[in-house]
Amino acid sequence: MPADLIKTGANPLSGIAEKPGAVKPDPILKVTNLTRAFGGLKAVDVEHLEIQRGVITALIGPNGAGKTTFFNLLTNFDQPDTGKVLFNGDDVTGQPPHSLAKRGMVRTFQLTKALSKLTTIENMKLGATSQKGETLWRGLLPFTWKAQEAEIEARADELLERFKLSHMRNEFAGTMSGGQRKLLEMARALMTNPAVVMLDEPMAGVNPALTQSLLEHVKSLRDEGISVVFVEHDMDVVRDISDWVVVMAEGQVIAEGPHSSIGANQRVIDAYLGSHHDAALDFSEDLLGGAQ
Amino acid sequence: MLFALDMGRVMSESLTQAFGPLAVVFALATIGLNIHFGYTGLLNFGHVGFLAVGAYGPAIAITSWGMPALPAVFVGIGFALVLGLILGLPTLRLRADYLAIVTIATAEIIRLMARSTALRDVTRGAEGLNEWAGGIQAVDPWNGEVLDFGPFTYRGNQISVVIFGWITVAIVSFAVYLIMKSPWGRVLKAIREDEDAVRALGKNAYWFKLQALLLGGAIGGLAGFVWGYTNATVQPDVFVPTITFFFWTALILGGAARVFSPVAGAILFWFLIVFSEAFLGQLVADGTIPTSVIDTTEVSLVRFLIVGLLLMALMAFRPQGIFGDREEMALDAR
Repeated sequence: MPADLIKTGANPLSGIAEKPGAVKPDPILKVTNLTRAFGGLKAVDVEHLEIQRGVITALIGPNGAGKTTFFNLLTNFDQPDTGKVLFNGDDVTGQPPHSLAKRGMVRTFQLTKALSKLTTIENMKLGATSQKGETLWRGLLPFTWKAQEAEIEARADELLERFKLSHMRNEFAGTMSGGQRKLLEMARALMTNPAVVMLDEPMAGVNPALTQSLLEHVKSLRDEGISVVFVEHDMDVVRDISDWVVVMAEGQVIAEGPHSSIGANQRVIDAYLGSHHDAALDFSEDLLGGAQ
Repeated sequence: MLFALDMGRVMSESLTQAFGPLAVVFALATIGLNIHFGYTGLLNFGHVGFLAVGAYGPAIAITSWGMPALPAVFVGIGFALVLGLILGLPTLRLRADYLAIVTIATAEIIRLMARSTALRDVTRGAEGLNEWAGGIQAVDPWNGEVLDFGPFTYRGNQISVVIFGWITVAIVSFAVYLIMKSPWGRVLKAIREDEDAVRALGKNAYWFKLQALLLGGAIGGLAGFVWGYTNATVQPDVFVPTITFFFWTALILGGAARVFSPVAGAILFWFLIVFSEAFLGQLVADGTIPTSVIDTTEVSLVRFLIVGLLLMALMAFRPQGIFGDREEMALDAR
């Protein structure tokens, strides 16, 4: 398993070319020629991107880079104008989002979607897939689904324990704090037994005390062999947990690589600070020089 | 003058209607609406349309197709299911407001079609279908009798409607209780809260919404049959949009997303309507309220004013309805 490889030091990402569209040894997600335009604006225009299985991939970029649109395209919450998304080698372009979730890709949302008027445990149990009791006629016959429900509940309680939400078990999710909701959403996503977890700004609006525990949870996902893709603004977070960083700007992937090398990439610096920031600095120095 | 008031009669009349055939119709219809709005969050503003097809179904099956009386009942439910498909297939993929627009329009289209000249041979226009219930009345065990029980008085086909009707309401309520406790019901409630979250977890939200629409619609169709049989006639102008909003009133009175709220709401709604009419009627009749203020013909209009005021008071002091949970309601405000 890739996770074991990381622990033993043999990084599956070592030796990969640090350039946009780099080929990975074992990609779980593969994207080719993906475009999405809103009117005249090409929000996403990604030629090729592969996402390695079993590692944490961060998707970063300045505001308006198309990260969230790209994320929605990957999870089929939005449909591309052109291009293909391959998940585990299968073409999943245009499939409804729920069928993608059944294949093992689960996502969370930037604005957390805790289901307020369901209790925490009900939120968790909802996450389990292939539930017998989700068939209408079986609903009338509790004995046909009670056994499975008990298994699901046991698994949900285990996860609540792990995410330290057990004390909220029977409370409405609407009474939770923002950070607890993020935890709940992540725990609920795990109820689907995913192969990939897609996190849309998992740290947004979380207080610093909880950030650390959230980060640990994300790392533990990788250690279990789950691939993680996340969109994030906070560079400290990216530095802390990501194995690989994909940088987007103006809808395109402009750089890829481990976080250690990304910071030095000229295209990334230009994208964040504007390509003429050096020139402007020189200009002011000239002014200063002229005054002397 | 107030002492001349016959409170016994007012109460007897009010209670008879509060548990009468129309309360059965309202209870069943509101159970359907509760599945739509209370549990799934579907904005159905044309619920009366389901009742219309549920009433016309058996009437047409008997008069036009010569079907035997009892299987004809299921034609109405079948019609309601078809209506649910027609409404749901195109609109449930869209945002919730579209269903609201489409349902309110469809209910009116059904009523106007039923009273149109084009369908005169089948629906008999505004006059409606009058001679269809004979086959059912023939097997009605209490037809032509009078049931006098405490404050309650029911006559003729009202007796079986009330007895079988409340039994049906109990069975349907129990079934709703079971399915809303099941994982299926959990998915519906989750859809009400946030559809995208449900999709992200691998559930086909569209299919669940369609099932909910069909189930609630079928129960509405059953309510339509009961109404048609109560009146022994099916007329198009019974199914006006106002009725849909009476169902909503009953639902809000009881409190949405509770199993017993449609039943309690329907009973309370009819009690308030009949009580205020009987009470005011007597006061006007014995001169306590001078005819310069309200005359006898205005009483039936003023009763809605009273029910409206009571509803406003309820919304102000108990917005969650009778059975609702205030804490749960308060979560919306967060």
